[in-house]
Amino acid sequence: MATDTLTNHDAHAHDGHEHHDAGAMKVFGFWIYLMSDLVIFGSLFATFGVLGTATAGGPTSQEIFELPFVLVETFLLLVSSFTFGLAVLAQNAGDRGAVLKWLAVTFLLGFGFVAMEVYEFHHLIVAGHGPDRSAFLSSFFTLVGTHGLHVTFGLIWIATMFIQISRRGLDSVTKPRMLCLSLFWHFLDIVWICVFSFVYLFGAM
Amino acid sequence: MFGKLSLDSIPYHEPIIMVTATVIGIVGALVVGLVTYYRKWGYLWREWITSIDHKKIGIMYFLVALVMLIRGFADAIMMRTQQAIAAGGAEGYLPPHHYDQIFTAHGVIMIFFVAMPMVIGLMNLVVPLQIGARDVAFPFMNNVSFWLFAAGVILVNVSLVIGEFAKTGWLAYAPLSELQYSPDVGVDYWIWSLQISGIGTTLTGINFFVTILKMRTKGMTLFRMPIFTWTALCTNVLIILSFPILTATIALLTLDRYLGMHFFTNDMGGSQMMYVNLIWAWGHPEVYILILPAFGVFSEVISTFTKKRLFGYKTMVWATVAITFLSFIVWLHHFFTMGAGANVNAFFGITTMIIAIPTGVKIFNWLFTMYRGRLEFTAPVLWTIGFIITFTLGGMTGVMLAVPGANFVLHNSLFVIAHFHNVIIGGVVFGMLAGFTYWFPKAFGFTLSEKWGKRSFWCWLVGFYMAFMPLYALSFFGAMRRMQSYEQTEWQPLMIVAWVGAVIIALGIACIVIQLVVSIRDREKNRDVTGDPWDARTLEWSTSSPPPNYNFAHLPEVHSIDSYWEMKQQPGGFKRELSTHFEDVHMPKNTNEGPILGLFSLIFGFALVWHIWWLVAVGAIGMFVTFMVRIHNDDVDYHIPAAEVEKTEREYHKRLEMQA
Repeated sequence: MATDTLTNHDAHAHDGHEHHDAGAMKVFGFWIYLMSDLVIFGSLFATFGVLGTATAGGPTSQEIFELPFVLVETFLLLVSSFTFGLAVLAQNAGDRGAVLKWLAVTFLLGFGFVAMEVYEFHHLIVAGHGPDRSAFLSSFFTLVGTHGLHVTFGLIWIATMFIQISRRGLDSVTKPRMLCLSLFWHFLDIVWICVFSFVYLFGAM
Repeated sequence: MFGKLSLDSIPYHEPIIMVTATVIGIVGALVVGLVTYYRKWGYLWREWITSIDHKKIGIMYFLVALVMLIRGFADAIMMRTQQAIAAGGAEGYLPPHHYDQIFTAHGVIMIFFVAMPMVIGLMNLVVPLQIGARDVAFPFMNNVSFWLFAAGVILVNVSLVIGEFAKTGWLAYAPLSELQYSPDVGVDYWIWSLQISGIGTTLTGINFFVTILKMRTKGMTLFRMPIFTWTALCTNVLIILSFPILTATIALLTLDRYLGMHFFTNDMGGSQMMYVNLIWAWGHPEVYILILPAFGVFSEVISTFTKKRLFGYKTMVWATVAITFLSFIVWLHHFFTMGAGANVNAFFGITTMIIAIPTGVKIFNWLFTMYRGRLEFTAPVLWTIGFIITFTLGGMTGVMLAVPGANFVLHNSLFVIAHFHNVIIGGVVFGMLAGFTYWFPKAFGFTLSEKWGKRSFWCWLVGFYMAFMPLYALSFFGAMRRMQSYEQTEWQPLMIVAWVGAVIIALGIACIVIQLVVSIRDREKNRDVTGDPWDARTLEWSTSSPPPNYNFAHLPEVHSIDSYWEMKQQPGGFKRELSTHFEDVHMPKNTNEGPILGLFSLIFGFALVWHIWWLVAVGAIGMFVTFMVRIHNDDVDYHIPAAEVEKTEREYHKRLEMQA
């Protein structure tokens, strides 16, 4: 994608500095993408805020949220953010084995999170509280599900990085990608904290 | 097997559509035949379709926009014809279900597939050159953006022949756009064409934002950037912040229609007001996404052709930034009548009126730039002057609409139609056509025919006033928008005047086509060897026309605003001297994955419209696999050897010497 020479700050096309520059530009671009993604989440939060009480005679949030279950989910994701941090530290230390190890751990934790969410959704739908029951449930499923989809894409990305790093090691291609993935993963953590607070905690009270 | 799609989905019984389809088919076959006959498929694939060169991508955007302008205008003249004859309750020649599709398609096409690609096309062509860069930040993504946009264009056009388009108006207000009231595929075409092209637009926004912030040449601080680049920067900020709202809103409507959810339905707690709020939270910034770059074009044109530095550069920048900010806090003025309450309406009425202040600053800056300048009345200048007058009028009717009390009377009337055409034609279209004329020689190396450019301008100007001033008047008699037929025979004379206006605009469009043909025919006569046909001020004119694919053999260094002009004012002037030392230039390689991704996204969208689930899977997996192939591909860049750069530059200098 970003080719190094395209950074104009030095005209020497092929010395070592520029790889760093191109990577930095990629990471900056990824930040901007995350901000635009945040606007999507913002729209979904606003929708939930407006429709969260529109239960249309169906169940209310107090009746269907199980906080202990969600708390476990939350901790899985929070710990996975920590383990991803360890993967990045290992990358900075140049330790490929440790990077792969922590990526694997992160993947498992993230997978556990998605599995629990799928279970929760399945449980609700079977009980007749699916997203077509009321505007409240539509907005709930969509907000939480959009986050879940993001985590799922994150898992695919982690798996891809696992393959790439085990094949080619830590180089100018994989390193910026790891940094972007790390931003993405922490970003999803932050969004989840908002989901947990504004959807589940407020909803259960 | 084919979901909802069957042979009955093709409207055989609609002669207008069938004739149109036949004509499109013949023209299409002709183009394919000619390309095949001249064996140009390989050339097209290598030089254009897979190109990551921002200049070529810009040209492709603009070309699609011009073609779609003709499609969108065909819709317009059909509507005007219908209204000119459907007085006194007459049926006219378009039945309601067809008329409703036409006004929806007209709005969608003109905004998303004409105005947007014109803006993005100009940005692509000009911005990297203006900031002294060799390409954009993410060249591959730029190609992907274009092909996602193209997939949206194709979907809209497919809807003409296979199935139907939405009958809901261009923003598909819920609950009309819900399954209950629009059970057919029209809204689904609307959804997927906008969703796919909208994602392409968001990627463009990110790409150019990073490009402008990270890839400016040495010495080009933010406050030395050309105004067009400034407006492009602000437009990209707006894209990044507002297009995701559109993505989310369309996604929610999709969930309602496909999975039976209840965001905007009448029952089960859905809120139609939420839809209107969300769609305008994107929709209002969208109009500034379109107009800001047009302001940028006018600024460049006026300062080039008066041979003066732009009056009030800094106020121009801050006015642009102020409009960028304000554009996010005015969206409610599109639905004062919804009943949000007097205080809310007052707030949004006032914020809307405040936008007139920075806009007024700009108008005065352009006027003061002209003051005591040596204004050359070229075609771009005519567009600019036409804009200043027309846009000021349109701005004032906008302020009238911003008064909530007046708005209750004018809402959904022809006044609104007249107002936004007043600012979009007078602002965006004039701006883009000015930019087209102004930068065409940069893209192709020869200037456009001035004579036909001016003829086009006069037709557009006169045609616009004749077509839309009657609508203002009619609105005071109570004429509403989107009427397939009306009782009042006394409206008919003005409707006919408006129709004549539309015909004159048609002549204006014809002049553009003739202008292109004539200019290409006479290209040797109008050849611009220097790369600077207008004696202009900004960096894009310091390189050859068309620029080599690496843009600049040596990246320029900037010391002031209008840096190229400053270079020319140095003692001895600016010499296009041949450098003695060349270096390899590192460039991105063309991509096959971009167009392939676009093709799969088209398959994906089409399959979703018709509920062909296996084909949806094909599209989705195809996109995923293509992307995976891309990220495992290391062979994405190459070096142009110094010798080749030198050869290119030598040829350019040889041409310069021959001319001298």
